[in-house]
Amino acid sequence: MSSEKPNQQYKPVHTNKVGGSPFTGVTGWIDNRLPIIRMFKHEYLDFQVPKSLSYFWSFGGILTICLILLIVTGLSLGMHYKPDAKYAFDSVEKIMRDVNFGWLIRYAHMNLASFFFIAVYLHIFRGLYYGSYKEPRQLMWLIGIVIFFLMMATAFLGYTLPWGQMSYWGATVITNLFSAIPLVGESVVTWLWGDYSVGDAALNRFYVLHWLIAFLIVGVVAFHVIALHIVGSNNPSGIEPKDTRDTVSFSPFTTSKDLVGMLVFLLIFVAVMMYAPNYLGHPDNYIPANPLVTPAHIVPEWYFLPFYAILRSIPDKLMGVIAMVSSIAILGLLPWLDFSKVRSSVFRPIWKQCVFLFVLDFFVLMYIGGAPAEGIYLVIGRIGTAFWFAFFLILAPLVSLIEKPLPMPDSIHEFEEWKKQGKIKTIKLFSK
Amino acid sequence: MKLFCLKFKSVTLIVIFVLISNVSFSKESNVKLLKPDWSFNGFFGKFDRASLQRGYQVYKEVCASCHSMSLLSYRNLAEKGGPEFTAEEVKAIASQFEVTDGPNNDGEMFQRSGKPSDRFASPYPNENASRSANGGAYPPDMSVLAKARPGGSDYIYSVLMGYEEKTPENIKLEEGVYYNKYMIGNKIRMANPLSEGVIEYTDGTKASQKQMAKDVVSFLTWAAEPHLEIRKELGFKSVIYLLILTILVYLIKKKIWLRIEPKV
Amino acid sequence: MSKKNNKDTSSRRDFLTTVTATVGAVGVGAGVLPIISQMNPDSSVKALASIEVDISNIQEGKEITVLWRGKPVFIKRRTKEEIQKAEQANMKDLMDPQEDKDRVKKSEWLVVVGVCTHLGCVPIGGKGEYNGWFCPCHGSHYDTSGRIRKGPAPTNLEVPKYEFVSNNKIKIG
Repeated sequence: MSSEKPNQQYKPVHTNKVGGSPFTGVTGWIDNRLPIIRMFKHEYLDFQVPKSLSYFWSFGGILTICLILLIVTGLSLGMHYKPDAKYAFDSVEKIMRDVNFGWLIRYAHMNLASFFFIAVYLHIFRGLYYGSYKEPRQLMWLIGIVIFFLMMATAFLGYTLPWGQMSYWGATVITNLFSAIPLVGESVVTWLWGDYSVGDAALNRFYVLHWLIAFLIVGVVAFHVIALHIVGSNNPSGIEPKDTRDTVSFSPFTTSKDLVGMLVFLLIFVAVMMYAPNYLGHPDNYIPANPLVTPAHIVPEWYFLPFYAILRSIPDKLMGVIAMVSSIAILGLLPWLDFSKVRSSVFRPIWKQCVFLFVLDFFVLMYIGGAPAEGIYLVIGRIGTAFWFAFFLILAPLVSLIEKPLPMPDSIHEFEEWKKQGKIKTIKLFSK
Repeated sequence: MKLFCLKFKSVTLIVIFVLISNVSFSKESNVKLLKPDWSFNGFFGKFDRASLQRGYQVYKEVCASCHSMSLLSYRNLAEKGGPEFTAEEVKAIASQFEVTDGPNNDGEMFQRSGKPSDRFASPYPNENASRSANGGAYPPDMSVLAKARPGGSDYIYSVLMGYEEKTPENIKLEEGVYYNKYMIGNKIRMANPLSEGVIEYTDGTKASQKQMAKDVVSFLTWAAEPHLEIRKELGFKSVIYLLILTILVYLIKKKIWLRIEPKV
Repeated sequence: MSKKNNKDTSSRRDFLTTVTATVGAVGVGAGVLPIISQMNPDSSVKALASIEVDISNIQEGKEITVLWRGKPVFIKRRTKEEIQKAEQANMKDLMDPQEDKDRVKKSEWLVVVGVCTHLGCVPIGGKGEYNGWFCPCHGSHYDTSGRIRKGPAPTNLEVPKYEFVSNNKIKIG
């Protein structure tokens, strides 16, 4: 017979956490057991957001809409596409010709990919200019870079699927880059291909990976948004909100504003998709893939061009690959390379110019990426690559050290006052 | 409204940039292409039905002996937005061609006359046969040719009109190769296909080289983009709709923000 | 004055919100339509929705099977006895009463979908107690008009939409 010890030795445990909902009725019953309703109200209705946000802050919402639309159109395409080297090109044409609204869904999907990148580049620019990568948002920034890598992987894989000339040869060139890995390079490439060259085996697995990584993006975006709700949004002043004079509730203020941003973006997207659906693409991809004929100029899609330029400016294959990957990865070091205590470039006169030069460099490299890798183009490409890395490794720490920031207001609402009085200049583009 | 001017600036920037970055880099394409006034160009572009029908005749009688168009079916010729032949005409056209079907109950493949649901008959069973019959050159399939060349319809038209009597001094032509002013590389293995009067149009139009080139290129453009007309029509409606919706939502946004930023 | 303004603004705002929401809903609907519509049969499938069959080579008493919309269709040229048997059947004997004349356009030709109405197997011709078809899966017997006589099948073999485009050709579907 067990003798009962006195109760004081055992700590009470309550695994039942039901309760605490501000709602009543059916809503309250659900919310008490699965608190998503009060979470939604807290995070998306009442959430306090700086009132000084400009339209540059709408790109997060725009990117989410793009992602949802890409998945919906992608699912529709997937019901008809055949990931077999013999049938892929024809199945895409079947979608374009026979499937009800197939042409619309296909053009939407391929142009959404481009617009996804337009939005993400503007989103990243906002981060660079306004110091959104600084404490406490470093992890958000890093997660964002992960999303960017995943986006590029998904876009690259998606582009191979129509099995046109650029699909095939772009796949060949980029997968061949892995042969630069010392010792195991060639085996890695053969492993990626599942064959001795890009072919049916590669196409099938690229299809699966395209789906997988697209859904991985959804997951990482969830982390990105959760992190945002912990650190709060940055704003054009770079000053953190202090009291309710500095903020507005997310709904209806920021929601209505983001909706305007989304609609303008959608308007431009629909205009391009309906009137120039193939403008951002390459005609060679309407030629079925031919392993025996290489196109005169193999170019990736426009959003890869700056990194393609960096890759080609280094004569060594391995170093070129390392340069290309690190040109993006180095963004991750920015929170520590730029240690200025001032966030927003509005108050950083030197850094502001550096950021604009960096943007110019981005466009120059994009132009070079579409040019043949020879002569003057190569020279400019090398200068552009050098500046790219100099921006992070030299300018960021140097400017943090020597720059004298402009006088700053004490709070966001004071920042708004200063703007009204014309005391400070913000980027007129996208300001509200 | 100031807001829209600002957004417009951003769009202009992007557009300018895209235009610059789309500059062609190849040394050969310095020649400006011929740019006829296509009826399908522009925001409200439409195909000329009669031109498409003539273009099909050119394809059938001149091009189809070497160029396949295997992604099209005969029934497409009757669909809205294209040449719009009648169902009977399409049945008659299809039955002129032999297609391989089978296997039958004896296990053999057999020939039968074409039905509207069949794909366009190909002159050769596969690419190798095509190359073998054309001295190693492959007359490309023309289903999406108008989208597969930089310059699209203008490029194909220019090439068809780009054969010249005299070859420039510095260009050496191999056996079976011809000079073409607009072809990328300036050399083409196809002799001028559209000599004056090579066919007689059934609708009585004079079959000049220019007319045939225009008609067949219109046909090829339709073949590559059968939904062009509805795309542009729907595009116009969508843009107007989004413009209206954006203005409405913008007005709501302004009203909402007035709650905390009343006008002085 | 502010009270009046508020009422005005609030009713204007409500009107604006209602209009915008309606306009927006139209757009969302229009956007969803293609996504739903793409799952419907595409035009290459719809082009094969009807087939034309040459029946000139079928001898009396013989039947052919053709594939239509993915299903077998029996086209039988019936003998005089088979026609007689079919026409003289007593409605009271039929599990799914239907006159033979309502099932054929020309009594010499019977066109039925060769899918058993029980659970979908393909019945075998020239078998069964009624000289029509017999389904081996669960023992349904069909007569010379394709009507169910015995067994678990609930209804007669389906007669598809068809017409004689000429004496030698029928178009099914």
